Amino acid sequence: MRITRTVAGRSRRVAVLATTGLTASALLLTGCSSDDSDSNESSDANGKITLTVADFGQFGYKEAGLFAKYHELHPNITVKEDTTADEKVYYPKLLQQLNSGSGLADVQGLEVGRIKELVDTKADQFADLSKVIDVNEFVSWKEKQATTADGKVIGAGTDIGPMSLCYNTELFKKAGLPTDRKEVAAKISGGWEDYLKLGEEYKKKAPAGTYFMDSASAMFNAVVSSNAKQYYDESGKAIYKDSPSVQQGWNLAAEAADKKLTQGLAQFSDPWKAALRKSTMATVVCPAWMAGQISVNAGDANKGKWDITTAPGTSAANWGGSFLGVPKAGKNVDEATKLVKWLTAPEQQAAVFKAIGSFPSNKGAYELPDVKTAKLPYFNDAPIGQLYADEAKSIPETILGPKDASIKDTISTQINNMEQRGTKPDDAWEAATKAIDKVIG
Amino acid sequence: MATSTPTRDAYAPPPRGSQHKPADTRRQMWRSRLWRFDDKASPFAYIAPFFLVFGAFGLYPLIYTGWIALHRVEMTGMNQMEWVGWENFDKILHDSEFWTAVSNTFLIGVMSTVPQLLVALGLAHLLNYKLRASTFWRTVILTPYATSVASAALVFALVFRADGGLLNWALHFVGLGDTNWANGHWTSKIAISVIVIWRWTGYNTLIYLAAMQAVPSDLYEAASLDGASRWQQFRKVTIPSLRPTILFTIVISTIGSMQLFGEPLLLEGGTLGATGGNENQYETLSVYLYNYGWNLGHLGPAAAVAWAMLALLLIIAAVNWLIGRFVRKSAV
Repeated sequence: MRITRTVAGRSRRVAVLATTGLTASALLLTGCSSDDSDSNESSDANGKITLTVADFGQFGYKEAGLFAKYHELHPNITVKEDTTADEKVYYPKLLQQLNSGSGLADVQGLEVGRIKELVDTKADQFADLSKVIDVNEFVSWKEKQATTADGKVIGAGTDIGPMSLCYNTELFKKAGLPTDRKEVAAKISGGWEDYLKLGEEYKKKAPAGTYFMDSASAMFNAVVSSNAKQYYDESGKAIYKDSPSVQQGWNLAAEAADKKLTQGLAQFSDPWKAALRKSTMATVVCPAWMAGQISVNAGDANKGKWDITTAPGTSAANWGGSFLGVPKAGKNVDEATKLVKWLTAPEQQAAVFKAIGSFPSNKGAYELPDVKTAKLPYFNDAPIGQLYADEAKSIPETILGPKDASIKDTISTQINNMEQRGTKPDDAWEAATKAIDKVIG
Repeated sequence: MATSTPTRDAYAPPPRGSQHKPADTRRQMWRSRLWRFDDKASPFAYIAPFFLVFGAFGLYPLIYTGWIALHRVEMTGMNQMEWVGWENFDKILHDSEFWTAVSNTFLIGVMSTVPQLLVALGLAHLLNYKLRASTFWRTVILTPYATSVASAALVFALVFRADGGLLNWALHFVGLGDTNWANGHWTSKIAISVIVIWRWTGYNTLIYLAAMQAVPSDLYEAASLDGASRWQQFRKVTIPSLRPTILFTIVISTIGSMQLFGEPLLLEGGTLGATGGNENQYETLSVYLYNYGWNLGHLGPAAAVAWAMLALLLIIAAVNWLIGRFVRKSAV
């Protein structure tokens, strides 16, 4: 292969060099800038605006038709929703986007287990909503969770999760237990110890292949949630090792695992969903949004077999709930805050409650008929509106910590090991503390 | 081809003293200098794109990762870096989970590489015979390689599911079938190895096949004249001729199993996948790194894990090299 060197040959070589150089630099450039493309399209020459809402799990806006309604009210605004199923996938992505300042949606959903960390470290990247929403409209503790030390509010409350107990009346009947809401409530009014006693009673005559509860970590979570002090103290120190609520919850979970009162399923996993379909568990600890999960996964075949009563004990608890925040990096911060204000107003929260059962954090919604007189047909017409509104008023103001969500998940894993593998409580606790120390870092 | 590299003489300036005007000579000299410069510089220009891209996406991240590994950096505030020296390395080396991940990575690596390469060798040998529709078989054998990790892992997750999984359903006909594959320490490693074997056997088969076809046929002829059986031919002719190829596939598989990530992450998915099972029973080093950096948000230790992985790879490479040298020496 001989190369004849002509002038044309040389210029071709120059061209080749130039192209490779250009390609290389193009590669370098696109590596840094590919993220911006989305936000540039958000507003065009006709003043039409597309707002994006990034959230996780089930916020219920689509189900309640709220984005379509907003478009009707504001014809120049279209709202697009970008939902990540799992919040544990969503949150690291959000942090990365906040770090790089690109790829963020106009409105971002923020979970209660993360809100403290965001308030502590990322508050300056969110628009201040304290002038936009009226914080007093919300249940007293809700907006405090999203407020910084200098009074900035980074998130508007969406839902809260007042706790109740869902139970399968058919299984209760077969096991010779009462099925009436008031009678069941009376049996467990003494607290979670009573709940386990009821479990033992159930187990004596339980239909084969059924369990009293789905997951001991759900019960653990419920126990911890009903206390003001959970994993951190007021000064921001992690105290989970000595926290009375954590200890109480852990011991109860260990007892439930030991007495085989639990099926040991990880909530929201496929086996858990299958167990609901097959009706193998008699009770599920029920934050407001859980009712929706049960009716969807247990399916029409089990309609009318479930009922809802108050959670064990007398102290109310909150499990979960979220916020909507507006990142400053967005192109349409003004329009986005307006959308957030509208979505978290009483009427819209009531609409979400009606659609998927997420309970409003805006107190104004409790007086609306959609909430006040709400009954769930799937659950023998349980008067959930009344039940949850009563409870929401007495939920304690809890002390949040930056790593609440990760600590909770870590403990759940170890409780699951006690349930499924028969790991000894002491070994499981040691593994949990080791893992949590790593979480806190 | 190898001998046809152009030589400079062809373009050397004409000898001095020939009938040329001075200007012409000067142009000739200028031209020859240009040629020489071109000769020296253009090879660098040709390979420059690779090094530019490698520098930007390979070397820079590598060094920056090392820099991060010496700092305390949180996902929640990446611009605040606090110098901590070797603390992050200290932290991971004293973390029992790290050593679990090392042994898991090693075990899954062996459990997937050894059967995979043996099966690939056998398949390549079969494909090397005169077969009807041989191209078809060769294509078929490569198809798993063309699937994405994610889809393969998700499909196998269904196969290995404890509750209503395909494998358990098949096993219940012989009275077994209540194995919770992902939950067990050995069963979960087997499950992941199966995914890896399924995806990579075809790839290695083709590499072996190509190497086998390069073995001169007169070697086999001579062997058969000496009365060697098929099996003896395979052992005494094929395998020794394939030695460099086998070494190559071992190196590639070792690197691959060191980076094993998608399969363990997706076998159960969710939180369990990110910690490699609820007792870290199938957590590999990559998953450990991912969990430390992305779920726990501590980027310092995560970067330290990345460098520890590099160190492990270098150690493995050194051992590999030593063994190779020993084998070569003893072969002589």
